[in-house]
Amino acid sequence: MVFFSYLISGISLGSVYAIIALGYTMVYGIAKMLNFAHGDVIMVGGYICYCAMTYLGLPAIASILLSMVVCTVLGVVIEGLAYRPLRQAGSLAVLITAIGVSYFLQNAAQLIWGVTPKIFTSAVSFPLPQGLTDLGISSEAIVTVVSCVVIMIALTLFVNHTRMGKAMRACSEDKGAAQLMGINVNRTISVTFAIGSALAAIAGVLLCSSYTTLMPTTGSMPGIKAFTAAVFGGIGSIPGAFIGGLLLGIIEAMAKAYISTNLANAIVFAVLIVVLLVRPSGLLGKYVPEKV
Amino acid sequence: MKNLKKTTKVDFATYIGVTLAFLIVSVLQGRDMLTNAMASWLVPVCCFIVMAVSLNLVVGISGELSLGHAGFMSIGAFSGIVASMSLSEAIPLAPLRLAVAMVVGAACAAVAGFLIGIPVLRLRGDYLAIVTLAFGQIIKDLITCLLVGYDKRGLHFVFNLDGLRSVNDLHLEEGGVAIIKGAQGAVGVTKLASFPAGYILVMIALVVVLNMIRSRTGRAIMACRDNRIAAESVGINVTKYKMIAFVVSAALAGAAGALFGLSYSGLASSRFDFNTSIMVLVYVVLGGLGNIWGSVIGAAVLYILPEALREFADYRMLIYAIVLILVMLATNNDQLKALVGRIIPRRKEAETNG
Amino acid sequence: MKKSIIRFLSLALALVMVLALCACGGETQQGPGPAENPNTEAPATEPADDGGNEPAGDEPSGGDNEPAGEASGTFKLGGIGPMTGGAAQYGMAAMTGAQIAVDEINALGGPVQFEFKAEDDVNVTDTAINAYGRLKDWGMQVLVGCVTTTPCISVAQEANTDRIFALTPSASSTDVTAGRDNMFQMCFTDPNQGLSGAEYIKTNFPDAKIAVIYKNDDAYSVGIRDAFAGQMGDSIVYEGTFTDDTQTDFSVQVAAAKDAGADVVYLPMYYQPATVILNQAKAIGYAPTFIGVDGMDGILDQENFDASLAEGVLVMSPFAASSTDELTVNFVAEYQKRMGQLPNQFAADGYDCVYAIYNAIQAAGLTADMSTADICEALIATFTSDSFSYSGLTGQGMTWSTNGEVTKLPMAFLIKDGVYTTP
Repeated sequence: MVFFSYLISGISLGSVYAIIALGYTMVYGIAKMLNFAHGDVIMVGGYICYCAMTYLGLPAIASILLSMVVCTVLGVVIEGLAYRPLRQAGSLAVLITAIGVSYFLQNAAQLIWGVTPKIFTSAVSFPLPQGLTDLGISSEAIVTVVSCVVIMIALTLFVNHTRMGKAMRACSEDKGAAQLMGINVNRTISVTFAIGSALAAIAGVLLCSSYTTLMPTTGSMPGIKAFTAAVFGGIGSIPGAFIGGLLLGIIEAMAKAYISTNLANAIVFAVLIVVLLVRPSGLLGKYVPEKV
Repeated sequence: MKNLKKTTKVDFATYIGVTLAFLIVSVLQGRDMLTNAMASWLVPVCCFIVMAVSLNLVVGISGELSLGHAGFMSIGAFSGIVASMSLSEAIPLAPLRLAVAMVVGAACAAVAGFLIGIPVLRLRGDYLAIVTLAFGQIIKDLITCLLVGYDKRGLHFVFNLDGLRSVNDLHLEEGGVAIIKGAQGAVGVTKLASFPAGYILVMIALVVVLNMIRSRTGRAIMACRDNRIAAESVGINVTKYKMIAFVVSAALAGAAGALFGLSYSGLASSRFDFNTSIMVLVYVVLGGLGNIWGSVIGAAVLYILPEALREFADYRMLIYAIVLILVMLATNNDQLKALVGRIIPRRKEAETNG
Repeated sequence: MKKSIIRFLSLALALVMVLALCACGGETQQGPGPAENPNTEAPATEPADDGGNEPAGDEPSGGDNEPAGEASGTFKLGGIGPMTGGAAQYGMAAMTGAQIAVDEINALGGPVQFEFKAEDDVNVTDTAINAYGRLKDWGMQVLVGCVTTTPCISVAQEANTDRIFALTPSASSTDVTAGRDNMFQMCFTDPNQGLSGAEYIKTNFPDAKIAVIYKNDDAYSVGIRDAFAGQMGDSIVYEGTFTDDTQTDFSVQVAAAKDAGADVVYLPMYYQPATVILNQAKAIGYAPTFIGVDGMDGILDQENFDASLAEGVLVMSPFAASSTDELTVNFVAEYQKRMGQLPNQFAADGYDCVYAIYNAIQAAGLTADMSTADICEALIATFTSDSFSYSGLTGQGMTWSTNGEVTKLPMAFLIKDGVYTTP
């Protein structure tokens, strides 16, 4: 019984990680960059939704949509201003710029919204039958898990069955060749960032709905965890990010419950290390043999 | 002088530059011309220069992205503090005790570097990066659970796995001191660090790293970075050379950590988190990958920058972020490069620093 | 080569900027305080040097101190606390509280005036030391800070060496004051809080099964927990921890506490993670008696907080923003005007720090032209003297012992219908 409630909280936490990781993995797969600012886009998404609900009095759905729109624009703007000029530069240059963007977003958020945490009213709350509540299942958990699965399936279909998806896969294989085939690489990458940022907005709303407090640093740790989840599942792989996120959440919950609440994080990372030693490209990652 | 190699000239210029900077600052300090704020930067700047130089060995020379360098600093800091506090009676002479603490810090970090290097160096690219990040986090969490005390019977360690233990569980005798108190970190540390010590450490780090780069070992390491398969085909043991770079880097970071730890009377392991690793990486990248004197300047400028921006109060970190992005964009802008290339005529020599 | 030239140039550019900024530093009058209130930065009115003015009747009463001489001059107060980063809310609150007190005192126009300058330490040791150095350059005579424990330990050591009197609003560990005669606290020490919490539970919930959830990487939380657990012993049925990195999700800890059958949950932590715990306990239908510490104060003042979550929570805090005495009402109104929200205990502590220093300066008859070391010695003597006591927002008749700890009564509030009530 208790085990079940731990499992539920693990799955619920893992689903949030998974949604963030999906955004991470999309961007990584196509742009080949570690976007450390992704976690902070989540935080912005949370704040936008909060403001829409509290100050503008918009209904939850409208707030979520608004927050997705704002984050999408933000993602595209960040990509255009900060990352696109560095397309030809080394991956480390982009990494440092992403870190700069992350600092920028955090500090801008602090100046705009202040340092005191905001209490986020759940945007996705609905009454549940008593039986489910007793099992430790909350409405947020259900929404999170369902939306995570939906997003994962939708993304897979999008990438595999649309023109744009095909362009994305082509860019991820070989940007130069894709360009020669008439694919607009810059636009494809922009679209990827737009999708990733919209996912970040959803993740932000769901994260804050389950864990209520919202402050400028809210996104950083989930961002790192989601990065871990993406690597765990094999970075660049969409089902990998899903599985990685879920597993990470479950491992974290189980480690807290049965081993040590002190070391839950350390245990998560230790499992990651072990997995990478056995499978150096993550659970579902493609192993790319080196060419001589 | 003329027949010296270009690289040798650059190296000597680096040594001389650092020494000159040290002398000028020392003279200013001696004449009381430094503000208190500037005086408080000296030791941490030295520590972070050593951190940047040592990380450059891994990221720039060995070509592996490490996101957990602060972990080694943490190990060095806390082992150095434990060594210094427990030897306070055995070695009353402060500079000697500081040196011993730094050696202990370096040794502990080197051992950790070796143990971590075994799994880490089996991986490539971003997978390697995430594993170093993971180790950095693990080290931080482990030290948060660590309780260390010292009394007449020696050192006592308690590991607070279940969260139920406190300093009382060390069962210290009368007169014993708790050196590391878990979450609170080290408290009541006797400060030993000084600017000359920082200078000496920077010089040691520079001598070690520069000589290593110019040696057979360094060439082997760079060969592994540039083309692993080609390096292997000429009989270079890739893992061995990458390991050498990783362990030396960890040891230097440990020594820097020990100096850092002994320059404050209280220090918590949360100081050495992911952000600190990232900061050091920023120093290295902005200073130039593989460019050692660049790391020295990068660390000094970027450590001081947020402090110098204090006039802007709430906006200072925002401005810092903007400066960071703009510098990255400017240094990678082709037009700007072309412009600079036209102003400063291209020199004939090949790349000096890889 | 080209690359390195450009890098060099950009670094040189950055260096020039830094130097330019440093140079600017000399001219600029002073950085803005924590709150955006331009009128507060006005230079202090000229001190009444004729000594003819009567000491103005300050609001918080200074007890029965006999002024030793006429105190006068403009004293420079420095403040250090985190104003960016994860702990920024605490530093901001304390520094704004202190700024309000300074403005009030200056507005009184008495002979003692203050200049106040707050510096950011990001809750990081070396940055705090840098901030301290900067305040020293500015000419700080008395320090209000640091706000958080870990940086405070290092800064306290420096201040002790430099002989600068320091009064921290909220760094509550005993390690802050240990062995430093110039370091005083406005807040309870952690062990004291833990002991009084244990006492309270023993009296009011004699047979309760207790669960404790605390923050393992926070000295404040661990300090209270250690003293509390030492007292309660076997009646604790579950202890769960969390860290900065895991403070968004407590579902496991809450479920485990429920499973262990705990009917009292002791939460030695700040209100922000506590909010999440209350929320998640409600989500799984777990309703024990939650007992918080002084860090819990502020929970009701959060924007958008569903007060029904905190129904029945006990808060052991020296300050309540809902108190109706004039002093609190005025302070709350002013704080709300500046920050747009209710003050918490940190703000009240910051405010009290300034007034306690003000009263002590008057009691000791200090003048601003005295050396910092003399001011320090005089303030130490005043603070520890039997005749000095201070009544303010966070307590009545507070006195300080020679080890820097404050003695005041903790107050327990029960949250009922969204307000503090006395149980």
